[in-house]
Amino acid sequence: MVCESWKTQLDTYLDGELPSEEMHVFDTHVSICPSCAADALERVQMKRSVKAAGKRFTPSAEFRRRVHQSIAAKPRRSIVGFGWTVATAMIAILMVVDLATTYMGRQRVHQEQVYSELADLHVATLASSSPVDVVSSDRHNVKPWFQGKIPFTFELPELQDSEFSLLGGRITYLGQTAGAHLIYQVRKHKISVFIFQETSLPGRWDEEYPATKKLSFNMETWSQGSLRYCILGDAAAADIHNLAELLKRAAG
Amino acid sequence: MGRNKRATQSFHFVYVSGTEPQSGSFEELAMPLFDQLYNFAHWLTRNREEAEDLVQETYVKALKGFSSFHLGTNFRAWMYRILRNTFLTSRTGLRATMTVALDLEEDGPELAVESHTPETILIERVNSQLVQNAIDELPVHFREILLLCEVEEMSYQEIAETLSIRIGTVMSRLSRARKTLGERLRQNLKGEQSNGLRVLEDTTRHIPRR
Repeated sequence: MVCESWKTQLDTYLDGELPSEEMHVFDTHVSICPSCAADALERVQMKRSVKAAGKRFTPSAEFRRRVHQSIAAKPRRSIVGFGWTVATAMIAILMVVDLATTYMGRQRVHQEQVYSELADLHVATLASSSPVDVVSSDRHNVKPWFQGKIPFTFELPELQDSEFSLLGGRITYLGQTAGAHLIYQVRKHKISVFIFQETSLPGRWDEEYPATKKLSFNMETWSQGSLRYCILGDAAAADIHNLAELLKRAAG
Repeated sequence: MGRNKRATQSFHFVYVSGTEPQSGSFEELAMPLFDQLYNFAHWLTRNREEAEDLVQETYVKALKGFSSFHLGTNFRAWMYRILRNTFLTSRTGLRATMTVALDLEEDGPELAVESHTPETILIERVNSQLVQNAIDELPVHFREILLLCEVEEMSYQEIAETLSIRIGTVMSRLSRARKTLGERLRQNLKGEQSNGLRVLEDTTRHIPRR
């Protein structure tokens, strides 16, 4: 057989799989060897025939669409759907948070206004030449004085064994609502006690809200027996708290 | 083995795509292979419905396993391997491979080329149907490697990855596949020629002799 060693590698050469240096050697040989050139031509013709004949079957458009849908639509749709769900949930959460923040903000502003107004009443009252309308250290005189002047009644504590003393009381108004304003004293500090009907006051009261720091007064507020109590003054927080406890026990 | 698929040489066949690093979604990578995978599947199964089932199953399996596919490796070889493995485990695939003896050609030396008869030079001119029939008559392991090399223009490395065999096995199996195809073509060509002569004889028999 002519060029046997070359021809064993002829297919590898025609498939382009020989190392580049061997390819060049093969190129040269094929160009000068009629036997190998004829053989190479025949094999190239065979390759071309197989390639042409091998491209035989074509999928239908419907089948292509079906497979495409099965691989493309599902994951993307689920990803998009998931994305939209997450986005919608996020928007909803943001809206709720925004509304809640707005609501809380409005509540806080409202409370600050109320506390500020109470502080003003406290200061204005103490600055007045006649801070109280009923001057009495006796709760049995003060409480009846409010009868017919305010639309509710309340209980006042017995102060005999405490360091607090009652200076008197007056009618006051908060948000166009009439209420009782009592002045107590502990040592040299005067403390205002405001009592209103809970239902007649606008908004919700946050009893933990630290408005007192802002106002430079100590303050405590609570609701008891449909009445809203607010104690405010420049006395120590403990004094404010002790007075609050006395009032609570009296009301309870 | 080198990768010298040079376009400038008339005897060289260029193929570089499929070995390049790929990136993209499964859909973007897999759908351009759809036609050729279907063609390959039809050649393996010899049946349209079975080919469609095979391709469908291949895409479903590949999509499921796409997370385990490493981008930058050969996606085409990966898809063909899935298709082929799916075929081999199908009833048609099992039937096809049971009738084939693989022991003769594995890792053997490349065949020495025999001298060819002049009629094989005419192969390019014979009709495509004749070549298709010859390919179709090949055992499945010859059919698939020939199609991967000539139709899909895969490199030996890609074929090795697709068929999960060594490059040496690719070369020897490919050599035997080509030899077998050539023999069948020559037989079919002779059959056609003798048929043609018989038809010619039948036709001319009725012509009045002078």
